Amino acid sequence: MTPLLEIKDISKAFFGIKAVKDVSLTVNKGEALGLIGQNGAGKSTLMNLIGGVVQASSGTMTMNGAAYDPRSPSDAYKAGIAFIHQELNLFTNLTIAENIFIEAFPSRGVGPFKFIDRATMRQQTQTALQSVGLDLSPDMHVDRISPGERQLVEIAKALHQDASLIIFDEPTTSLTARETERLFALIQQLREQGKAIIYISHILNDVLKLSDSIAVMRDGVLVGHDATSKFDVNRMITLMVGHSIETLYPPRTAVPSRDPLLELKGVSAKGIVEDIHLTLHKGETLGLFGLMGSGRTELARILFGLDSSERGEVVINGTQLNGKSPRSSIRNQMAFVTENRREEGLLMNINIADNIALVSLPAFAQSVTQVVDQRRLVRDTQSAAGALQLKSGLITEQPAKSLSGGNQQKVVIAKWLLSRPTVFIMDEPTRGIDVGAKYEIYSIIDQLAATGSGILFISSELEELMGMCDRILVMSRGEIVGEFTREQFNQEAILRAAFREKAQTA
Amino acid sequence: MTQRRVNIPQLLLNNSTIVLFIVVFLIFGLSSPLFLQLESIINIIKQASFTGMVAIGMTFVLLTAGIDLSVGSNMYLSSVIAGLLMRQAGLGVVPALLVAMLVGTLYGAINAFCIVRLKIIPFMVTLGTLVVGRGIGTALTESQQIDFPETMLAFGQINVLRIPMPIIVFALVFIAGYLILNRTAFGRQVYAVGNDIEVAKKAGINTDRVIFLVYMISGFCAGLAGFILISQLGRLDRSFAEGREFDAIAAAVLGGTSLFGGVGNAFGAVIGALLIQMVQAGLVFNSVNLYLQPMVRAVIIFIAIFFDSLREANLEKLKRRFIRPLETTQPNG
Repeated sequence: MTPLLEIKDISKAFFGIKAVKDVSLTVNKGEALGLIGQNGAGKSTLMNLIGGVVQASSGTMTMNGAAYDPRSPSDAYKAGIAFIHQELNLFTNLTIAENIFIEAFPSRGVGPFKFIDRATMRQQTQTALQSVGLDLSPDMHVDRISPGERQLVEIAKALHQDASLIIFDEPTTSLTARETERLFALIQQLREQGKAIIYISHILNDVLKLSDSIAVMRDGVLVGHDATSKFDVNRMITLMVGHSIETLYPPRTAVPSRDPLLELKGVSAKGIVEDIHLTLHKGETLGLFGLMGSGRTELARILFGLDSSERGEVVINGTQLNGKSPRSSIRNQMAFVTENRREEGLLMNINIADNIALVSLPAFAQSVTQVVDQRRLVRDTQSAAGALQLKSGLITEQPAKSLSGGNQQKVVIAKWLLSRPTVFIMDEPTRGIDVGAKYEIYSIIDQLAATGSGILFISSELEELMGMCDRILVMSRGEIVGEFTREQFNQEAILRAAFREKAQTA
Repeated sequence: MTQRRVNIPQLLLNNSTIVLFIVVFLIFGLSSPLFLQLESIINIIKQASFTGMVAIGMTFVLLTAGIDLSVGSNMYLSSVIAGLLMRQAGLGVVPALLVAMLVGTLYGAINAFCIVRLKIIPFMVTLGTLVVGRGIGTALTESQQIDFPETMLAFGQINVLRIPMPIIVFALVFIAGYLILNRTAFGRQVYAVGNDIEVAKKAGINTDRVIFLVYMISGFCAGLAGFILISQLGRLDRSFAEGREFDAIAAAVLGGTSLFGGVGNAFGAVIGALLIQMVQAGLVFNSVNLYLQPMVRAVIIFIAIFFDSLREANLEKLKRRFIRPLETTQPNG
């Protein structure tokens, strides 16, 4: 049997760094291939090569036995390859139907009078939506649907294009548990229909569950490719990291003190959060857990001054904040590592050094002329990047968007480190990044706490909160519904607290 | 939900341009009854049609987050070439019209070439061709005024069912613009490119082609509008259509088109152009000091755009996710 996709000795270099080195890989019809590796291991680049987003420096590919050399994404689309990116790629100002048909609208009429056949488009969209179990109007604008629904729309689009190979890049990062399950059932169904799947994820258990075979990449090289039955989580991690990791979490060195650093007293915003009281101490890592839509991120945004609140006080280091704004929060030594790196955390087209220097730019200005001292800027940003072990090319040249997810997150953290904050709000700091990079981020969090900073660690992964925090607060429906100290940590009890309010009101 | 409470301020804000349109209309109408006569209303629409056509072309460009500053010069140059051919080669009105449209489209294609192939930003490209286009025109005419043959004025005075020709052309351009933007694959791709060009590329859209075409459309509209405007005046001097780009961009933005791309439509350009022209006419009817008129116009445009940004901010607020049910459930009477 000829394999559906065959890759031979493919390589690709960026900024003189080889991102993919002589990788050979085959994918068969009906096969689900799990692709794993640390950030920067070259998975995304490899997939971009297949998807025609970037072109190979050397090597060849065949699709169904025929030579395949995509020069653009539309070549990949014509060859039957659909690529569902980690960051969703839908046009928010268009309808679901228009998004699904954007490459090739059905049309009526001739010559210059070719209009979109909207009846056909609606009808086929309806069918496509049904196949992924979405009950939405084809005319709904995409900016009105949830991230999970958008993901399903992307899949509906791939199915509509009759793709024979569907690539999923971290598809579950923005999905709720229920949506994830729906996705998995759908992937299973696609496999049974003979479609090939490449599934990239950092959630190793998902990969084990979903795939027939697993390919592991490290530093641009394929270091392992075998049937899934030959893998377990330990072997996966060992291959990814290159050595075995003893534990997922670094040993805690920070000891929380009793001095309050940040206090919230009765903070309320109508319809969003209600009567929030919390205290963050020096050297403490305080977890904030809640299900999707529990108000975690909203609370963080209010706390940092991005959104307004109606009542309540915020006290930092004994000074009460009046008229909150991000500027005053930064002046009061607060830092906010946002949930969404691409949209809120980084200037993607700007080089790494300028990204890192952004928050503390005034500090680099010379006293009289206010001209930025470029040499000091480069030196300081370089040392911040070094401290976090950022893996990159020249930081004054390379744009942030060319970094892998984990390295982008390090740039965000480095940016804040330069302003020497004492309170860190970290919203999903490890989302979409791999085990090795997670470990590094955890170590950074611990070091920050050890130097007396307080960290408000927001996450929907309970395990990492239990691994890293001194205390965990549970939010539900915009309220704090539970508090657990380290001795009381218990997965079941915390989850029950998170669900409780929901069950009552629903 | 049986009873939906209508939020009046919200409703007004969401339709701010139309509200402003009505308010301006009423104010001028009350202060000068002449203003409300059918004749003057038709005249306002006629005068608005030139800016309106250019604004519809401009909407295509703005939707891709681009800009075309060269439309005024384009109107001038395409009319100059058509006019010279009429005067010196004895070209008829209809062939000359075709020439003007062709020159306008080519002008747009040159803009597009610099933007797409040479990868120069639209602002700089069209600022450059604004100067170059007028320069070529003045060189061709040696800065002399061109007087068009009588046939041109006769063409300009055509009425169909008492509707002046410029209004009919304007209506046709609007219908074509509306259909292209809303009902064709190309039109929807224009919106897609404006929403996120990177994503559009990944989705396999030929973004270069889309961008190329929008500048050609803008050029076409400018060439057409220039020629139709000349047919009203009968002559052409070197300052013809100077500064029209400002009116066209203002009209499109007044009509709700975003300078950041992805938002807007052809109908908005029509409303915007009518509003600008109505203000202009109203000021004349009310014999406002000639020197103050540009300022008053600018203030009204400023107010309209200010409302627009208020609306944006308000919509942004509404997009905030609500997690808790609002406690204020009022008893239904």
